[in-house]
Amino acid sequence: MKAVILGGTTGIGRAIARRLAERGDSVFLLARELDDLTRSAEDLTARHPKREPVGHALCDLERPEGFAAALDAADAALGGFDAVIVTAGLFATQDALEADIEFTRRLVTVNYANTVVFCEHARKRLLTRGGGRLAVFSSVAGDRGRKPVAIYGSSKAGLSVYLEALDHKFHAQGLSVLCVKPGFVKTGMTAGLKPPPFAGDPEQVARDVVRAMDRRRPMLYTPGMWALVMLVIRWLPRFVMRKINF
Amino acid sequence: MNPRTTPTLSGWGRLPAPGVEKLSEDLERLTRGAALTRGLGRSYGDSSLPAKADDLVACSRMADRILGFDPETGVLRAEAGFSLVELNRLFMPRGWFSPVTPGTKFVTLGGMVASDVHGKNHHVEGCFGAHVRSLRMRLADDSIVDCGPEQEPELFDATVGGMGLTGHILEVEFTLARIPSRWIHMESERMPSIDEFLAGLGRAAPAFPMTMGWIDCLHRGRSMGRGILMAGRWAEASEAGELAPRAAHPLTMPVDLPNLAINDLTVAAFNALYYWKHLRRRATTLVAPDPFFYPLDAILEWNRVYGPRGFTQYQCVIPRQAGAPAVREFMDLLTKLGGASPLCVIKDCGPEGRGMLSFPLEGTSIAVDMAVSPEIQSIVDRLNEFVIAAGGRIYLTKDRFTRPEHYRAMEPRLERFLAAREKYDPHRRLRSGQSVRLLGDVA
Repeated sequence: MKAVILGGTTGIGRAIARRLAERGDSVFLLARELDDLTRSAEDLTARHPKREPVGHALCDLERPEGFAAALDAADAALGGFDAVIVTAGLFATQDALEADIEFTRRLVTVNYANTVVFCEHARKRLLTRGGGRLAVFSSVAGDRGRKPVAIYGSSKAGLSVYLEALDHKFHAQGLSVLCVKPGFVKTGMTAGLKPPPFAGDPEQVARDVVRAMDRRRPMLYTPGMWALVMLVIRWLPRFVMRKINF
Repeated sequence: MNPRTTPTLSGWGRLPAPGVEKLSEDLERLTRGAALTRGLGRSYGDSSLPAKADDLVACSRMADRILGFDPETGVLRAEAGFSLVELNRLFMPRGWFSPVTPGTKFVTLGGMVASDVHGKNHHVEGCFGAHVRSLRMRLADDSIVDCGPEQEPELFDATVGGMGLTGHILEVEFTLARIPSRWIHMESERMPSIDEFLAGLGRAAPAFPMTMGWIDCLHRGRSMGRGILMAGRWAEASEAGELAPRAAHPLTMPVDLPNLAINDLTVAAFNALYYWKHLRRRATTLVAPDPFFYPLDAILEWNRVYGPRGFTQYQCVIPRQAGAPAVREFMDLLTKLGGASPLCVIKDCGPEGRGMLSFPLEGTSIAVDMAVSPEIQSIVDRLNEFVIAAGGRIYLTKDRFTRPEHYRAMEPRLERFLAAREKYDPHRRLRSGQSVRLLGDVA
């Protein structure tokens, strides 16, 4: 794979970038801060005995005007990428979002609108060269309207529907779209929250994601246990959902 | 406060203290205003525990990037949370290994510096700190400085083995060692008594870069201190062949065993089995690095065998001048005081390093696990009194029960360390449970 990773400097993105770099795939990093990017690029470069220095460019999901240039830089550095991975996004608890309307605006804009715009840029580039792989992080929170993730979950629900439709529409043209739905994963994003049962770690999720990309799967629940949990949740009647606090 | 819901942190010995750790990939930002940084929490006692429940404890675990590696010289620079597990996984296949490794690979570089860890090769290579070229640190006043053996040497010497009390270690640069293969040539020998053991260690030290011994600490009388001496060196490529060691698949201890699982009977049975499993008196084998360096890492969370009561490790070094009789007397005292333990390790240490509070000094180091019991304080006191009289000292990384007056009595270098601390942290912003207990910091 020749993969561009938006959000590849931290958390699950970091773990995916490492996994790809260590097995010899080419990687290009996109993130918001230059110092963070250079350190992560150096880390990836050192993880493989024979590799060219890993490239990087600034890209911020809050600044859609920069998406095209960032992807062009990745294209030039990789000699044409064939995979795009998006792990970046914003998160806050429901309580924090309810208390901060401006952050709510930013979060839904980044997680839904701007992520869709970024994917459109990436999709067009991939399709011009006969397809490839697009893997984007949605969330189990988008599967059902739930009290603790009302706002965050809705931003991911929109994204999940977009990704599913993208896969239906362009699959025949060689583009595989993977919608990743992680459950609770112990990363910097969730630091400070109490991990529920079946909480995953970034390395485990990265392994699942890379495998699903290799197999061109359209959807992935990770850790796997969440597929079962969400199956139950999706079928719970409304009156039950109204009662429980999950 | 409800003890069931109050969040706690604990060291490897599982005695908890109220507190929480903050995690982030950005250690530089995370350590601003923090009282303490901890890594993977493998120190046994209270050195990685907060002095107060609301002290900000930064956890370095997510700050784990390699910042540069020079394949010509072996110089590696990484963030402080980079672990030895990752180092081994990535660099052993490329012919490099940590110059010094402790008995577990679940430690971070920052922790290795703060504890100035030593390993089986101490008599040849010294402590980890001897191989460190540079540290980037956040000091108590929130400034960020670089130090090393030549740059800010006072800060460097106070930090190496300084238990995190001089500043937060952000980045570590050190030199890896070249290894000729991924196998260890090991010679092991059954030792019927402590005197033969000491003689055996003495013989092995000049011949092998790595030595250590396991002691059956329940056996008394003429065969007191019997055990197995292990000496090794990296196998040459020609001896090792092409095969790579199989990747280890560790088991996990799934539950706490009951407190009584470790008792005189079970330990005596384990020790006898372990001793007599070594059928021939002498054996030469080719072993993989993992079982050689990290036998206990084969079972994740093995500390749960001691049960919910928790445990501690007593590790001291008896100086060479005190001689073999002192070591024999110490073993005699140790076996008399009881404390059934399947783990008792003996090792010859080389000369003292430059870290102001670094543990090893030329002599014999003995480490023994002990379950926490109502008698633990008096056992540690008795052992410490012996060690003070012999001119030895204890290892802070393992300690939870030493009294401040005992520590002062065994640590003539403390004044120098305190002076450095006065200079770099006059308001004692950096502190731990251990610094409150031993150095009188205010909680």
